[in-house]
Amino acid sequence: MEAILIQILNGLDKGAAYALIALGLTLAFGTLGIVNFAHGVLFMLGAFCAVSVNKILTISHKIKDESVTLFDAYKEIPYLEIWWGDTGTMIIDYSVPISIIFTIPTMILIGIAMERGLIRFFYKRTHAEQILVTFGLAIVVQEVIKHFFGANPIPMSAPEIVSGSAPVGALFGLSDSMVYPWWRLIYSLFSVIVIGGVFAFLQYTTYGMVVRAGMADRDTVGLLGINIQRRFTIVFALAAVVAGLAGAMYTPIVGPDYHMGMELLVLSFVVVVVGGMGSLPGAVAAGFLLGILESFASMNEVKQIIPGIDQIIIYLVAVVILLVRPRGLMGRKGVMED
Amino acid sequence: MNNKTTQKDLFLMLAFAAVIFAMPIWLEPIGASYPDLMQKFAIFGIFAIGFNILFGLTGYLSFGHAAFLGIGSYTAVWSFKLLTMNVIPGLIFGTLLAGVFALAIGFICLRRSGIYFSILTLAFAQMSYNLAYSVLTPITNGETALQLTLQDPRILDDAPLSGAGLPSTELFGVSMSGLPGFYFCAVVLIIAFYVSLKIFRSPFGLKLAAIKSNQNRMGYTGFNTRPYLLAAFVISGMYAGLAGTLMAVTDPLAGAERMQWTASGEVVLMTILGGLGTLIGPMIGAGLIKYFENIFSAFNENVLHEIFSFLPEILENLMVFIINPFVGKGWHLTLGALFMVIVIFLPGGIMEGLSRIAKWVRKDRSKPTGDDMGTAKSKPSPGEG
Repeated sequence: MEAILIQILNGLDKGAAYALIALGLTLAFGTLGIVNFAHGVLFMLGAFCAVSVNKILTISHKIKDESVTLFDAYKEIPYLEIWWGDTGTMIIDYSVPISIIFTIPTMILIGIAMERGLIRFFYKRTHAEQILVTFGLAIVVQEVIKHFFGANPIPMSAPEIVSGSAPVGALFGLSDSMVYPWWRLIYSLFSVIVIGGVFAFLQYTTYGMVVRAGMADRDTVGLLGINIQRRFTIVFALAAVVAGLAGAMYTPIVGPDYHMGMELLVLSFVVVVVGGMGSLPGAVAAGFLLGILESFASMNEVKQIIPGIDQIIIYLVAVVILLVRPRGLMGRKGVMED
Repeated sequence: MNNKTTQKDLFLMLAFAAVIFAMPIWLEPIGASYPDLMQKFAIFGIFAIGFNILFGLTGYLSFGHAAFLGIGSYTAVWSFKLLTMNVIPGLIFGTLLAGVFALAIGFICLRRSGIYFSILTLAFAQMSYNLAYSVLTPITNGETALQLTLQDPRILDDAPLSGAGLPSTELFGVSMSGLPGFYFCAVVLIIAFYVSLKIFRSPFGLKLAAIKSNQNRMGYTGFNTRPYLLAAFVISGMYAGLAGTLMAVTDPLAGAERMQWTASGEVVLMTILGGLGTLIGPMIGAGLIKYFENIFSAFNENVLHEIFSFLPEILENLMVFIINPFVGKGWHLTLGALFMVIVIFLPGGIMEGLSRIAKWVRKDRSKPTGDDMGTAKSKPSPGEG
């Protein structure tokens, strides 16, 4: 029981990342009909938004370290600490959550720029060409980031108060020894909130209703005098925000480097296909499902029976799903089925 | 197939062979005539030509061809380890095994088309890559990469002299490193090109092209398209395997990173850059990318300063400042940007660019009777070399 619970928890945070990226991919595909291979890059850019915020907050002043007397030593103290004392330290401590405020507008701008600048010219081209051009864009953005931030992963930390582990076992009335990092729990919860927000936006606002109508029949909505193109651009920006937030909040779990998005993207594409092209609930469900499945496959007991299963489980599931049920778990009938 | 095309093809073949064999001469002035690089031209040329048979002719975009490249490499190195340092058995086994894997993977993947096909091939390639890194370590030697050792049995070879170092790959006594290695690759490349030419001109090639333009209609006329697609997939898989074995021939070392999906992306890039569905295009694309990769990544700030030293100092520094991020370690940036530019403005690749220039020149010459241009002739057929 404990083992099962801990594996589910283990899978949650990874599944959450898959689900958030897959959600954005599906939004872009469902509205604009674009297969966006640069979506992983948006995740990575979100992560580097958090890094930049951290860098800006910790701009430091070099002063002489008086406690070292043998030689001249210097230490760096962030200006925030000098100005505001403990409040400043706290702000730096909370740099990752704070970076959300900065990430959202940045990602909206990036999303709109990407859609207007490149993707709109590819609506009518084949999927292969869309894949290729966004792949090229992904390489370019990655290299630019590498140029500015270097090739190594940048360690980031969660706020002090949640850097420990949550006593999950005690909460569920199981053994006290079962603990789980707070931040991963927060990440899972955060992703559920973001996903809920996106669904609520599409389901309960007039704007979202028009977008959904446009996804179902773009031409008719256009004939009703609605500028559906502009709404779709906004939706693309929304997808970028979702990916960016996923990336920014992911930084304390895995230190961001310039190719983190690409690795996740390949998996997320598989997730989208498993969930069903164009189905938003499918993408989310498949994301969590595959994340948890992956963590179960990496249990030692499972690995002893089928060696190497943890490495291939996601792809294996994708192959089986595609062969048995081509429209994916929740894909609509007739959408991208051949 | 009339007499004229046969003659044209013969000429094309001869010209191609001459250009390839003369590479050490005409690459000299641009500083690319060293054997290692020319071997790469030939090897990636084979890879791209084979990939083109699938993607160029049928339009099925595979994102998993690097897997076959890796399989070819591993098989060849095992052949060097167990049997003999002679390259012929390695070449044959590597190509055949890649073909077998292509048959199995293609059989499954070709049940779907479009983006699903791409994802399926990608899934298989990633599975091979992950397995080669983890549980298949006894076969693939995992992260350290499979390489020759002194303890290898090599049952067909004579026992090596004690104290001698690692043997090098050879073809009946001729060592396969350096220039002879290049000529060997060049011969294989020319044969591979000939086969690809024959496929393009054959009824089989025409059927593949027909599948690309309208698969449904092919089905209505009574063709079962699946076997043709599978054949194309296996052939291009075998080309990839062949390229993989040649990599092992020129450098007997096989690592799993050869199978990663970025490697598959690279061959897509070469094909697109050169010209999708053309005969020569993929070869040009492969050559250009490998050339620029080698030359550009060798540049650094000092070299750039030297190049622009004829300019006034401010301009010199400005040029260096602008170009520096694009060369050396930033070479991938150039690659990505180049790729985008090609896909956006010139989807037909360099071959399309050339034919556009040719058309423009011809039009210029025959200005008064400009109305016969651009009607029947302007449609590029997939076989256009």
